[in-house]
Formats: sequence, structure tokens, C-alpha cells
Amino acid sequence: MKQPLLEIENLHANVAGNEILRGVDLTVNAGEVHAVMGPNGSGKSTLAHVLAGRPGYTVTAGSVRYKGQDLLAMAPEIRAREGVFLAFQYPVEIPGVSNVYFLKAAVNAVRKHRGLPEYDAIEFLALVKQKAKIVEIDEDLVKRPVNEGFSGGEKKRNEIFQMALLDPSLAILDETDSGLDIDALRVVAGGVNQLRSPERSMIVVTHYQRLLNYIVPDFLHVLVEGRVVLSGGKELALELEDKGYAWLEKEPPAVAAVR
Amino acid sequence: MEAAAVEKAAFSPEPHAASAAAPWLTQLRRGAFARFEELGFPTPHDEDWRYTGVQPITSTAWTRARHVQELRFLPPTGVRVRPLSQALLEAEPALGRIAGFARDAFAALNTASFEDAIILEILPGAVITQPIEIVLRSPDAGRPEVCYPRVLVLAGARSQAAIVQTFTGEGRSFTNAVTEIALGEGAILEHTLFQRESDAACHVHTLAARQGRGSRFTSHNVALGAALARTNLNVALEAEGAECTLYGLFVGKGAQHLDMHTTIDHASPRCTSRELYKGILDGAARGVFHGKVLVRKDAQKTDAVQTNKNLLLSRQALVDSTPALEILADDVKCRHGSTTGQLDAAALFYLRARGIGEEAARALLTWAFAADVAERIRVPSVRAEVERELGLRLTGAPFAMTA
Repeated sequence: MKQPLLEIENLHANVAGNEILRGVDLTVNAGEVHAVMGPNGSGKSTLAHVLAGRPGYTVTAGSVRYKGQDLLAMAPEIRAREGVFLAFQYPVEIPGVSNVYFLKAAVNAVRKHRGLPEYDAIEFLALVKQKAKIVEIDEDLVKRPVNEGFSGGEKKRNEIFQMALLDPSLAILDETDSGLDIDALRVVAGGVNQLRSPERSMIVVTHYQRLLNYIVPDFLHVLVEGRVVLSGGKELALELEDKGYAWLEKEPPAVAAVR
Repeated sequence: MEAAAVEKAAFSPEPHAASAAAPWLTQLRRGAFARFEELGFPTPHDEDWRYTGVQPITSTAWTRARHVQELRFLPPTGVRVRPLSQALLEAEPALGRIAGFARDAFAALNTASFEDAIILEILPGAVITQPIEIVLRSPDAGRPEVCYPRVLVLAGARSQAAIVQTFTGEGRSFTNAVTEIALGEGAILEHTLFQRESDAACHVHTLAARQGRGSRFTSHNVALGAALARTNLNVALEAEGAECTLYGLFVGKGAQHLDMHTTIDHASPRCTSRELYKGILDGAARGVFHGKVLVRKDAQKTDAVQTNKNLLLSRQALVDSTPALEILADDVKCRHGSTTGQLDAAALFYLRARGIGEEAARALLTWAFAADVAERIRVPSVRAEVERELGLRLTGAPFAMTA
């Protein structure tokens, strides 16, 4: 039996003194796409940020093993270099730092960590040209300051563009669909789908089933009050679309082991 | 009182051989020194010196240095340079008319004491494409040395030029400089001030500009060095349609104290001023930004925008920011804003989540904050030099944001 890429066990986490995650269990194998759904405040985004190592999110119990290592012991930048990628729900604007400079610094930090030679400017720009096609990102955006003045759709495309450049083993998409119109959603989801591969796993965090029409997951988990209360296949999404989350909140069923 | 008298005596000007020949200069110097004696060195009771103590200057036994300001480039035509000795013979001395010393003890002291003056005249209509550089270096003399550099720039009507003034050095020096600039009708002048003296130095510089009708003055004021530095930048928009743009960047660490005082005097209608000053303070450094904008009664249709942004990189670092708008006209457009804060935690995490190490991420964000001003310097060689020095001071290594 192959080792899972990611094993989350009984994960508890606090944000500003409030317990948000109350015992999350989740296992992701290489190449799998897992959707995590749930009502507002259920801890979906917190889970994403805890995995990425955001300061201020305190793990109080449980463990996360990534490629057999203790993920929680790693600084955020080490996680990124080891192949964990978080596509932000709200990508940050960084005036004064050009996107291309930032991306080159990031890609080279990752390459250095992996023992690969760093790209020079010419090699990097060639890579940018190639990856820009995946999300149809305008090369002008690449030269502008990071996310500054980008529309909502452009910001999300920039996230997936970064994912393409950084080539992660585990991509966590935090509400990548929020604020996107249907055309932008198609482009972003199309980019994500092109990046699916047997070497790359994904955790797709979303509030709405709509995204899962475009990014079809292998597994789906429902998070309620900081716990996974239901797991199943992609067809679960339709049931949730029908019934909403309320029935799960009132009477959490025993965790269904569909897998 | 007794102690103050002793201090002032130590700064008495020496008799100047050159000025003996020019009664106007003798008179100017006498008047200036008398004024200095009346004013004395500023104390924290002086409103303009509330945040800046001058003990490092008054408590040191300075010896007069004989530094000479070096002119690094002079175009073959379009500019006339006169040494002081020659200017003395000429009938119309403009020296001392732009940077007044009635309320400025340091300018008074410079006026009483300067020996080495550069008088640059950009001829009317001349377009000088290459920047004219004036460098003053204070080498380590093994003892505290004081010098009084003086520059006068007369930019003729419709002339266009760029001037770069660099103050550098390794010594424990006190530079008390005065620069006077007059822009004739329609003149365009870009002035860059680059202060990178040693961290043991004291530096006080009064730069005064008077602008004629439709003239355009751009100032870049970069202060990176000195233990104690004070810049007074005074711009008078004296005729209709004059425009000034002032950019400032002060970066201090350790125990540095950097004080940037600017005054923009809208004395005529339809003048425009833009001001952006940024400060970065680390360690126990202290920064001061005081930006006065005065809109006189007749200066209708004034358009003035002033912005000061400061970044504090440590808990001990401190900045005092006091924008001061005094508007006496009623039909004007004036805005000002001031912010002081730390590096954005969300931006820091975003960079780290992409694999960029914490130190590198901090350096990158700090650099970006500074580059916003540094990048506006249009003289490429100076911009590169400023960026290099900035990188060294911010991160200990040259830093260039090129992809």
C-alpha cells in the first residue's frame, strides 16, 4: 500500500482564541481531487490556512503528515517549497512588487530547495509565456504589481497561474469560485483541470456545488462545526445542492464511509 | 546663557581673504553672524525643532575642514560656472537672497562661514541633457570636522537641466550646507539630493527654491546616512502656473535621527504642488516629517497634494509626522494624508506561502515601499546608486528588482 500524500488526524485549531477545527480527519492520496464543502463558519477556509501555515492559526491537537513528514512543524515557506500550494480566496495586493519579479523569486526559491538550478531571466520568461496560456492570463498582468488593480477574475487567474508555475504536489483551492462570473469560472476551472495529474493532489474548498460541475472531484467531504460529518463521491454534491446543509447541522449523521 | 555663548564662539567665522574685496559679502556675513548670535542654536522649545535635538552638533569641538565641492560634469555649452572669487567682482550677487536666514540659525551660520561656493548659471533656453553632479565628500580626518558648502543655481528662462548633489563621507563630520535655486520663467529643473554620509556624521542642509512663472521644479530628497540629519526644503511658488513636485525618502536604522522639514509656499494663483515623502525606520531610529503647505490669500486655484507614508520595522523605531496646511485662499484644491504602519502581515504571509523565506519577504516588501520613491529618480546612474545603497542598508546586500 502506497503512503498517502496527506494524512490529517483529529486536527483541532484555534483562531483568535476560538476553536474552529474540532477534530478533522482527512486522507488524500497522490493524484486525487477532494472537495471540501460546508456552510459558512464550518472551518473550510481555516483548514486551508492551517495547512498552508498562516500565522495566528494555532493547532491545539492532532497531526498532519505530508509525504510522511510533520507538516505542522514546517514554516509556511518550507511547506510551499515542499509542494504545498494555497490558492487564496482573497489574493493580496502588493504594490511596488512586480508580479514577474515575485514569481521568479518564488519559483527559484522552490527550485533551489528541490536541488534544481535556478532559472535566469530568459528561461523564466519562456516558462511564463508557456504557463500563461493555461489560464489565458494577459502578459500585461504579469508585468504589473502583484494583484494591484486586478479584477476579481484576474486575481483568481493569477492564483492558478502561480500554481502552474510552482508545480505543487498538493494544491489547496480556497473558494476559488467566489466572486467569479460564469465565464471567468470556466477559464479558472479549465486551468485547474489542465493541471490535474497523477502526481498532483488537490483539495477544493467551496461553498457552492457549481464549481464542482467544472472541477469534478474524486471525493467530497462535508465540514460542519469543525468536523468532517459526511464523506462520499461526487454525487454527494448534488444531494447537498438539493437539501442544503441544514439537515447536517441539526442532526449530524455518523460519518459515512463511502470510500 | 554662559554655556551658549561659549558654544557660539566656537562657531565664529574666520576672516575671509576673498570677502575683503567685496563689501556686500562682508556685510552679508556680518549680518548673518549677528543673526546667528541672536538666534542661537535651536532648542526643543523652538516649534520647528520640537523633535530634533542638536546636542551632537553643539557639544562637539569641531575643526574647520577644507573640503571642496567637486563638479563631476560640466556641459561644454549652456552653463556658466563662477567661482566665488569671480562672483564677488560682479555687481549683482544673488547669494543669500533665496535662502533667508532670519529664522534659521544654521543657514545664518553657513552664510557667515562658507568659503567654497559653486555658482551655476544655466543660460536661458539651454537644454542640458546630462546631469550636473556636485559631490561633497567628508573623509575621515581622525577628528571632528565641520564644513559649510554652498551652492547657488540660477536656472535661466526656458532652460532645462538636472542637478545631482551628493553628500558622502566616512568621517565624523558636520556638514552645514545651503543650496539656493532660482528658476526663471518656464525653467525646468530636476534636483536630486543624495545624503549618504557616515553614520557618525551630523548633517544640516537648507535648500531653498524660488520659482518663476510656469517653471517646473522636481526634487528628490534621499537621506540614508548620518547620525543626525536635518533637511529644510523650502519652495516658493512665486508666479502663476509654477509647479513643484517633491519626493523624499529617508531610511534610518540603529540610532539615526533623520528629520525632513519641507515648506511649500503657494504665493501665486494657479500653482501646483505634489509631495510624496516616505520614511523607513528600523532599530531605534527616529524619523521626523514636517510638511508645511502655505496657501496665501491671493493664491487662488492652488492645487496641492501632500502625502507622507512611514514604515516602522522595529518596536523601538519612531516617526513623528506633522503635515501642516495653512490655507488663506478660498478657491483651492488641497489634500494631505499621513500614514505610519508596519509591514502588511497578509502580504508577508502571501509571499511566504509561495516559498519566499521570511527575511527575503520582509526585504522585498520594504524594498517595494522604498522603490516607489527611488524609481522616480530620472537620472539612471543616480537611481542605480541610490538603489544599490538602499539595498545595502535594508538587506546588507545590493538589491535590484529586475526579473
